[in-house]
Amino acid sequence: MRYLPHTESEITEMLKVVGAKNVDDLFTSIPKDLRFKSPLNLPRSMSEMELVSHLKELSEKNNSSASSFLGAGAYRHYVPAAVKAVVSRSEFVTPYTPYQPEISQGTLQTIFEYQTMICRIFEMDVTNASHYDGSTSTAEAALLATKLTKRKKILVADTVHPEYREVITTLLRPSGTEIVLVPHTESGTIDREFLKAACNKEAAGFIAGYPNFFGVVDSLPELADIAHSSGGLFITSTPEPISMGLIEAPGKLGADIVCAEGQSFGCGLNFGGPYLGIFAAKDKYLRSMPGRIVGETVDTDGKRGYVLTFATREQHIRREKATSNICSNEALCATTAAVYLAMLGKEGLKKLAELNFNKAEYAKSVMRGASCVMRFSGPTFNEFVVTLKRPAEEATHALAKKNIFAGVPLSKWYPQYKNELLVCVTELNSKEEIDTLAKELSPLL
Amino acid sequence: MPRALSRGEENMLLEESTLFEQSVKGRTGYSLPPSDVPIAEVPKGILRKESAALPELSEADVVRHFVRLSTYNYNKDAGFYPLGSCTMKYNPKVADLTPTFEGFANTHPYQPVETVEGNIKLIKELESYLAEISGLDAVTLQPCAGAHGEMTGILCVRAYHESKDDLRKKVIIPDSAHGTNPASVAICGYSVVEAKSNEEGLLTPEAVAKVMDEDVAAIMITNPNTLGIFETHIKEIADIVHAKGGLVYMDGANLNALMGISRPGDFGVDVMHFNLHKTFATPHGGGGPGSGPIGVKKMLVPFLPNPVCHPHKSGDLPNSPDSRLRGNDRSIGRVKAFYGNFSVLVRGYTYIREMGPDGLKRATELAVLNAAYIKARLSQDYYVPYCTPSLHECVFSDKFQNEHDVKTLDIAKRLMDYGQHPPTIYFPLIVHGAIMIEPTETENKAACDAFCDAMIKIAEECRTNPDLVKSAPKTTFRKRLDEARAVKDPRLKVARKCGERCES
Repeated sequence: MRYLPHTESEITEMLKVVGAKNVDDLFTSIPKDLRFKSPLNLPRSMSEMELVSHLKELSEKNNSSASSFLGAGAYRHYVPAAVKAVVSRSEFVTPYTPYQPEISQGTLQTIFEYQTMICRIFEMDVTNASHYDGSTSTAEAALLATKLTKRKKILVADTVHPEYREVITTLLRPSGTEIVLVPHTESGTIDREFLKAACNKEAAGFIAGYPNFFGVVDSLPELADIAHSSGGLFITSTPEPISMGLIEAPGKLGADIVCAEGQSFGCGLNFGGPYLGIFAAKDKYLRSMPGRIVGETVDTDGKRGYVLTFATREQHIRREKATSNICSNEALCATTAAVYLAMLGKEGLKKLAELNFNKAEYAKSVMRGASCVMRFSGPTFNEFVVTLKRPAEEATHALAKKNIFAGVPLSKWYPQYKNELLVCVTELNSKEEIDTLAKELSPLL
Repeated sequence: MPRALSRGEENMLLEESTLFEQSVKGRTGYSLPPSDVPIAEVPKGILRKESAALPELSEADVVRHFVRLSTYNYNKDAGFYPLGSCTMKYNPKVADLTPTFEGFANTHPYQPVETVEGNIKLIKELESYLAEISGLDAVTLQPCAGAHGEMTGILCVRAYHESKDDLRKKVIIPDSAHGTNPASVAICGYSVVEAKSNEEGLLTPEAVAKVMDEDVAAIMITNPNTLGIFETHIKEIADIVHAKGGLVYMDGANLNALMGISRPGDFGVDVMHFNLHKTFATPHGGGGPGSGPIGVKKMLVPFLPNPVCHPHKSGDLPNSPDSRLRGNDRSIGRVKAFYGNFSVLVRGYTYIREMGPDGLKRATELAVLNAAYIKARLSQDYYVPYCTPSLHECVFSDKFQNEHDVKTLDIAKRLMDYGQHPPTIYFPLIVHGAIMIEPTETENKAACDAFCDAMIKIAEECRTNPDLVKSAPKTTFRKRLDEARAVKDPRLKVARKCGERCES
């Protein structure tokens, strides 16, 4: 067994030092009746060659080559070869959490730079070293709002990613927090009147999608004002952060906490994980924030260095009084994002966002030409909802047979939108592909 | 960009400024295809006024920057990494390769289920392997980390009691537990009742009986515990908890001591989490991503997080792939978007398939042998607070070294000067100045010896030249860092320009 280096003679020698007759003797502290007597019922060991061919075969049972217009929280973006080359280095992949800063400066400075870029992208003051994904960072923000305001109700737009909303519900249930869904209008934006009426002294805050699950970009300052008017927090949740290259940063528009899914920053699809939960906040929430934070300091020679800081918020120090139970996070995904964003740079993020926007607008125009109806009138970034003449679920299965993943049907989460399809277009979709999609969809209209 | 060598010319450790200090206006590191579609007008109201101030660098600038930074990291591929309770075993390279297969890496979580049969088969099979290893009835792979698994498991416990209209308020946690345990329990709305371990480092049935009542939802126990000691009374303790209607949660962080030797499901555990990034050799990534599946007994199956996995026979495909996506009314709900940290699951699956049943058992045996060997070699020079036999890890303290005014932290830092990564320190909390060593099975005798030799040498230095130990490390890229200053004068990102507040 190639991962087990011991030779028989070494084992004998080591047992002698220990004072045990055989390996079995090392387990005498486990009562006999609690010992598992038979061999584990698992498939036999495989050589590397067998393993690779077995897994290759398994992976090929999936369709990974269709023409795809799927988004809805997981986006197809090109990842430069240099990102993979850097991030696959053992020095980033195989260390533990940087609790020993003298020998972990690589990870620490990388996360510090990641924090800087995230703050600049969203125009926020502080951010942490990551959450599991956009759903759990959004849920932690909801939890934080209820703790800070000591209020037992939170308002959540029904256009926040439905699975994020489900995670919020799961996390807030033990505290008995009531979740009020704020409906959307025909334009796909927040129903202001409803929000005004619902925002009262009982509400800890309001969470809006930005862009929302339908791809629509709402006007945040009005929403922030309403949320703030009764002393609540205004929280935004961004499933597609490439949008920040084009649309105004939530930190400039009144957000107190910004959550996002960072998967688009170089992490790839990977069937939904591991992804990158982003959590950024205004200064005043620093000491109540969940998660690890890296800070700059100096060593005993006065040289600049980095450490994990404000650890007294965290579970290993504060135990049941910690701001969160999070320990392991998604550090390698944050590292990936840091490398990806550094390569894109100031201009690249803007150019990439424009390309996504232009392609999606082109898709909208050819679909309109094929007499598709856009369900919502609000502005969008790289995804939008079209109304078909038959159930979208049927349409997607029919088109999958033609090797096209046309989009995500909304009916699973919004029963009223049986015929609605959420279509995402990124830099990876060519004009030709978009034309084909419109052509294939038109008989279904 | 001027850079100075850090310690004279005897090494090549280059100082590296931040990305932002290296940024040059107009330099680019991206490559985008020309647009094949017309330019569309952005509605004015939504347009970003000022581009995000990201650095401007060429690809080579970026690659060199991060490659240089990477050289400042110690890492598992560089060698021995004896962090107790963290199970830093070697991460097989074939498991780096398999998740990158296009068929896995390029699948979207919302593509039609009939187009991801391979993923679903892998998920189902991995669930069945973990169920077999733990002796539990069903497994969910949704949680992303150990603490996430703890929360998921305790929420299942909560839902179970609620389904019987039995609203309990407390969870018993031994004083030797991981810090995440109390934090996870608090998030689930329970208060923590501490159970004290005895002078042998064991939890006794009496200690549990004393705090167990009908208001206790569960006991959360780590076995072997954080001293590396198998809780010999576990079955009796489980019986006491069960008799009063409580459930038994096991923190599976130390499962590497048990594979093929003893199964939690057989010694009374109702729910536990696994750490694929410990026991099943997936890398730690400098802090994550991990994967923290949970396994449960039958009565907890209805409460598992959505999307629900139905109990199945080993290797079966579900009757309809849609069954995975169906919600369950009694479920605790979702704990994350999509289906867990999938590519970490592929790594864990790859590892288990290569090890097979005999390999996993042998891994456990040799992990325990390595720990026993180190314990035997160091017990003359370092105080052993508990003499009870331990399994995959061993705990010492700095009691002998305190006589020379040297503390655990100093010993840890001095180890770096010997090219050794320190063990876990100051944990478990029940041992003052704890030094917790977990070598894992992937380390050969020479590696264990080199670590022990360094530890013994340091013990000698503590007696003869304590100042040398107290001023360590001397040879690392950075010396001891001022953690107090990081809090007093918070700099949590690169300041944008002179005069900008560092925090804002």
